[in-house]
Amino acid sequence: MNRSAVATYFQRTTSAAPLAVFRILFGIMMLWSIIRFATNGWIQKLYIEPTYFFSYYGFEWVKPLGSYTYLLFILCGLSTIGITLGYRYRASILLFFLSFTYIELMDKTTYLNHYYFISVLSFLMIWLPANAHFSLDAKRIPELRVKEIPQWCVDAIKLLIGIVYFYAGLAKLNSDWLFKAMPLQIWLPAKYDIPLLGSLFQQEWTHYAFSWAGAIYDLSIPFLLLWKRTRAIAFILVITFHVLTGVLFPIGMFPYIMIASATIFFSPELHERVLAKLRKGTSFLKIPKAEQGSYAFSSDLVKKTSLGVVSVLLIAQLLIPFRFLLYPGNLYWTEEGYRFSWRVMLMEKAGYANFKVVDPETGRQFYIDNSRFLTSFQEKQMATQPDFILEYAYFLEDYYKNEGIKDPQIYVESYVALNGRSSQPYVDPNVDLTTITPSLKHRTWILPFND
Amino acid sequence: MRALTILFLLLSVLTVSCTETDLSGPSSNDFDRQAMLENWADNIIIPSYEAFSGHMATLHADAEAFTTTPNQTTLDQLRNSWETAYLSWQNVSQFEIGTAAQIRYRDNMNIYPVNTTELEKNIADGSYNLSLPAENDRQGFPALDYLLFGLSTNDGDILDYYTTHQNADGYKTYLLAVTERMKGLTDTVLDSWKAGYREEFVQNSGNGANSSVDMMVNDYVFYYEKVLRAGKIGIPAGVFSGSPLPTHVEAYYNQELSKALALEAIDAAQAFFNGEYFDGNGSGESLKSYLDFLNTMKEGADLSNRINTQFESARSQANSLSSNFRVQINTDNSAMLSTYDQLQRNVVFLKVDMLQALNINVDYIDADGD
Repeated sequence: MNRSAVATYFQRTTSAAPLAVFRILFGIMMLWSIIRFATNGWIQKLYIEPTYFFSYYGFEWVKPLGSYTYLLFILCGLSTIGITLGYRYRASILLFFLSFTYIELMDKTTYLNHYYFISVLSFLMIWLPANAHFSLDAKRIPELRVKEIPQWCVDAIKLLIGIVYFYAGLAKLNSDWLFKAMPLQIWLPAKYDIPLLGSLFQQEWTHYAFSWAGAIYDLSIPFLLLWKRTRAIAFILVITFHVLTGVLFPIGMFPYIMIASATIFFSPELHERVLAKLRKGTSFLKIPKAEQGSYAFSSDLVKKTSLGVVSVLLIAQLLIPFRFLLYPGNLYWTEEGYRFSWRVMLMEKAGYANFKVVDPETGRQFYIDNSRFLTSFQEKQMATQPDFILEYAYFLEDYYKNEGIKDPQIYVESYVALNGRSSQPYVDPNVDLTTITPSLKHRTWILPFND
Repeated sequence: MRALTILFLLLSVLTVSCTETDLSGPSSNDFDRQAMLENWADNIIIPSYEAFSGHMATLHADAEAFTTTPNQTTLDQLRNSWETAYLSWQNVSQFEIGTAAQIRYRDNMNIYPVNTTELEKNIADGSYNLSLPAENDRQGFPALDYLLFGLSTNDGDILDYYTTHQNADGYKTYLLAVTERMKGLTDTVLDSWKAGYREEFVQNSGNGANSSVDMMVNDYVFYYEKVLRAGKIGIPAGVFSGSPLPTHVEAYYNQELSKALALEAIDAAQAFFNGEYFDGNGSGESLKSYLDFLNTMKEGADLSNRINTQFESARSQANSLSSNFRVQINTDNSAMLSTYDQLQRNVVFLKVDMLQALNINVDYIDADGD
């Protein structure tokens, strides 16, 4: 592709309808997610009740806000209504991105790939003219009523979704997944009470069939969705796959979000028909029809900035998942470069971490009952992830300094079982964790993984 | 249209492969979890409670006999019943599920150390409501331990509390109130098992966090870790405090029973793991056979053997201890610590390896995963 071909691509326009439908579906899904989160009592359980919160490296200042945390969720919920209606869209999506991401950064115990996906996607959407069609903004501002938007605005979302699937598929190409059917071999037999399929899940071949089908699905679905002739089948596969995983695993809103997101691959005509129907149903809103013309960014600078930010974001998305190559050792054991890389449902890890506090002055030593400081959910996440273990050790050091031990040493005796293997010692029990400086460097204090 | 055809084809393939196995129930290839629940309920839990309930009835009757005629003979008889019941308790304590969980049975029966200051205050005041949660550390086996062995160092003086003491009636009334409450709670639990909970327990054979298998396994692991390992050995040996706490041993005042109680608890926990009948005549589906079933698919090490071996090591280490943990801690605490280490190793096997193999979560937090 030469320079002019690239330039031509960025000149190309497409219907504004798919992005508008995407915006509406995204807004509804997010509103639903926030309401579901609140009504499940999770704000209270995850962000109010715990006394201690695990932070992301560099984001230690992000903490729950006590009872104001509810306000944060309310703001986040309100912003989703703005997104859905296309009302002050830029402000709404920006507010959503900031509030949602803040929520996710408050405690890394709750880290999930799909929450990260929402953060990245909403950041991307800040730069896209998703309000140029079928929105209250377009009703207010006549210049916004355009039929066409730049092609790259729609393709950016398709690429992001494509990356999520394809990278999730690449990550499945490992020996545990393909040749041991792990961790499905642990998860599926436990689903014995699912009608019809429960008995099937007790058979080894089923575990292999699901593993291989899952990998093939993830690797191929972006392409099947892109190609017009396979799109309908691909979408049925999307629905089948996500409904099935939704039934099998506690993954909440994720299946619905992915199904809704996949609709962006459909043709503009289909989206226009959907919008036409929607326009009839919402005639009271008096949203004007799109006129002619294509979307113009408010200035050349805005256009270049948007394009620049989106490009950098997508390139970063292509690269970040590969950062694990910079670290020695087994990725699933050390978790160096594990997060933010679309490694979805790939690992079953269980652990036990027994912390020992030593007062070097008196020689007195004792073990910690983790339930004194952590919720069972936090304790569970902490026991298998090295950055949690280190952070908790620092917390214990501070705590016992306040209790009068001048220079507490913190050791941990820990065991981790990975993907059905027997538990093995995890952190070097002879290392005083308070002497380790948190960093992104390779962690030499984790014991080697014996397969 | 073509897409729909393919979907139908997919569905029919799925349906056919399902029918090939068995739709009417678990096929012979499946592990029968309901059979495991039945074995637990019918051959282990209910018989354990029946035996314990019998011992509680005797204990209460002997307490009545003692308070009616307080003398060395009735005291010895009551102490005997207390000992038998306390040992028997070790078999039911691990089944804190259903009604037992609702009424927090274990907290009412066996919180130690007993709070003697408050207990004496109760007796002096004559007004107390043992059903209040704050009263947990003034009743149950530890309260009897104090009332039967701890009031004085010699039996004559102890008997005086129930005969010549100015508030002898208060002591007698309190002793009876304690045994009556223990007996009443026990019957409440046993009755609920017999009046419907057994069916509920066995029928709830699904795989949710509230299914019987998940709840029972969680309770069992919790019991092993917190009540057996920490409560009986770790806390008195000072593992969590940095200095030994001999006052925190089980049956502190009796001074001879602490090891026997710990050994009985280890035996009961291992027997439950292996699905052995309470009457000792046979065994059925259990965590062991469940793990063995799953193990046939995964080429992992034989986890059930490792767990059983570890139970043996813990038992033999515990066997080497003095029958009186109070003495053991004061003379050679390192042997206590070694016992703790042996018990601790099985926490890893049970809580990490077994829960992973069974895919049971240790936490009930109902949140999303991915």
